[in-house]
Amino acid sequence: MINITAILFYIFSGTLLSAAALVITSRNAVHGALFLIVAFFNAAGLFVLAQAEFLAMMLIVVYVGAVAVLFLFVVMMLNLEMRQGQKVTHRYSLIGGVVGGVLMTELLLMLVSWRTSSSAFDLTVAHISLYKDMTNTQALGNLLYTHYALIFQCAGLILLISMIGAIVLSLRHREGVRRQKIGDQIERQMKDSVQLMDIPSGSGI
Amino acid sequence: MIRLIMELKNLPHSSWVPAFAGMTLVVMSTSPKITGAPMINIHHFWSEAVVPFIFLIGSVFLVVVPLLLAIAYLTYAERKVIASMQLRIGPNVVGWFGLLQPFADGLKVLHKETIIPTRANTLLFLMAPLITFGLSLSAWAVIPFSAGVVISNINVGILYLFAISSLGVYGVIIAGWASNSKYAFLGALRSAAQMVSYEVSIGLIIITVLLSAGSLNLSQIVEAQSGLWYVVPHLPMAVLFVISALAETNRAPFDLPEAEAELVSGYNVEYSSMSFALFFLGEYGNMILMSAMGTILFLGGWLPPFSIAPFTWIPGIVWFALKISFILFIFLWVRATFPRFRYDQLMRLGWKVFLPFSLFWVFLTASIIVAFNQIHGV
Repeated sequence: MINITAILFYIFSGTLLSAAALVITSRNAVHGALFLIVAFFNAAGLFVLAQAEFLAMMLIVVYVGAVAVLFLFVVMMLNLEMRQGQKVTHRYSLIGGVVGGVLMTELLLMLVSWRTSSSAFDLTVAHISLYKDMTNTQALGNLLYTHYALIFQCAGLILLISMIGAIVLSLRHREGVRRQKIGDQIERQMKDSVQLMDIPSGSGI
Repeated sequence: MIRLIMELKNLPHSSWVPAFAGMTLVVMSTSPKITGAPMINIHHFWSEAVVPFIFLIGSVFLVVVPLLLAIAYLTYAERKVIASMQLRIGPNVVGWFGLLQPFADGLKVLHKETIIPTRANTLLFLMAPLITFGLSLSAWAVIPFSAGVVISNINVGILYLFAISSLGVYGVIIAGWASNSKYAFLGALRSAAQMVSYEVSIGLIIITVLLSAGSLNLSQIVEAQSGLWYVVPHLPMAVLFVISALAETNRAPFDLPEAEAELVSGYNVEYSSMSFALFFLGEYGNMILMSAMGTILFLGGWLPPFSIAPFTWIPGIVWFALKISFILFIFLWVRATFPRFRYDQLMRLGWKVFLPFSLFWVFLTASIIVAFNQIHGV
């Protein structure tokens, strides 16, 4: 008995977990960012195995194609010096341990005390059976833009607001910086800017 | 060749076997057989996994080898076309009309020494050209060459193409960083910003075509154009697509990442020998890929211009190749005609002109489709 889907699953998830571990343990920040990309890729592979090809492609387009490029961009620009033999400082290990411990405990408490309603599963499955004979792009589109259109719009609005907020906080108009105004340049006419004169030789203007 | 691929398509479990096209990539299919055949008997292992896999490798070769030849002759065509436009002869010494020039160049570059700069990150330095080249080949897994002639006819074909073309930036940015050189790094930064910017407008242009075709499958997009190629109703988007493709492939007049006057040669300045050749091949492969994408989205893929007798005699794959060649000719024509953009003008064009205009066109297309009740697949 050979189950190729299962073998692929273990390859993808194994690579995903080890890449994720390497993201936080690698000394070189650029290597870390690249391992993050490897992790994204394998997550996309898992989506494909689960027949969610639309999500897989979106993961690659959005996270690998755009977000991780910006990460890599920033990390490369920072030019972090990676000296060999430099001791790792444990200055923040206490507070980091405390915060991490608290979060971990909360998660565990949640997990232990989590109660699932007996009808919850049926509620989530209800929509899936509606879209059984559709491609999952169509099914996702119907779900997002028909059933949950309002919630989806709200999420978009929140993103828009956060984007505007980031621009308002970081945009600053410096005084005395000359800017190119393309419209003015195109509108400029020859008669406004060039003057043709007949100058007799030997005399100045 | 066509028959072999067709046979492959008809095999039951061939569609999900991993394809190795330059790099390991999983070509997916939404056929229910993914879960339908999880348990494969060892007796069936040969007939259901190994044999289709060998067929798949064969069909990948059938795509990749002509593609590499096309890349070689694209470099020749570029030199000949630009030479004609500048009233020169171009390569004419090696072989008849210089036809063996690409192979002479290839052999020359092959026996040069691969130089790795001091303190460069060796592994990443050598990986970068492989990424560029591998990506430019792996995208061809979903391109339909003619009706039914495609390695993997996946549902989200256009998204796969978009994803692969958005990954192209990694080869460049990794090369720039791993070279440990300022010129290479500046070139890589320029290229990354430029490619990410123009991907936005390419994405919106793709959306307008998707709205009209009602499918993400490339074959269905082509078939939806059997009445009218999308270049007619979406002419502004076709123009925008060609310009964005120029920027996406770092071609003139948007070849700022490798502006030789400022950056020597940009991100590939430290590369030599085959590592440089792989970048070169990857770039030209990307040009052909973007042309193929433009052909599928706007020029009706393998369809003849009119479905009447003399046009339908010519097989679809020839029409496909002719249309790709036409767009490639525009690439070369533009390079011989226009001076290079300034970087801020390039960014302005991408974000302030192309993005709003293509967004407007998405709204317009969607409105017309809704107004005339032409929604597909609901």
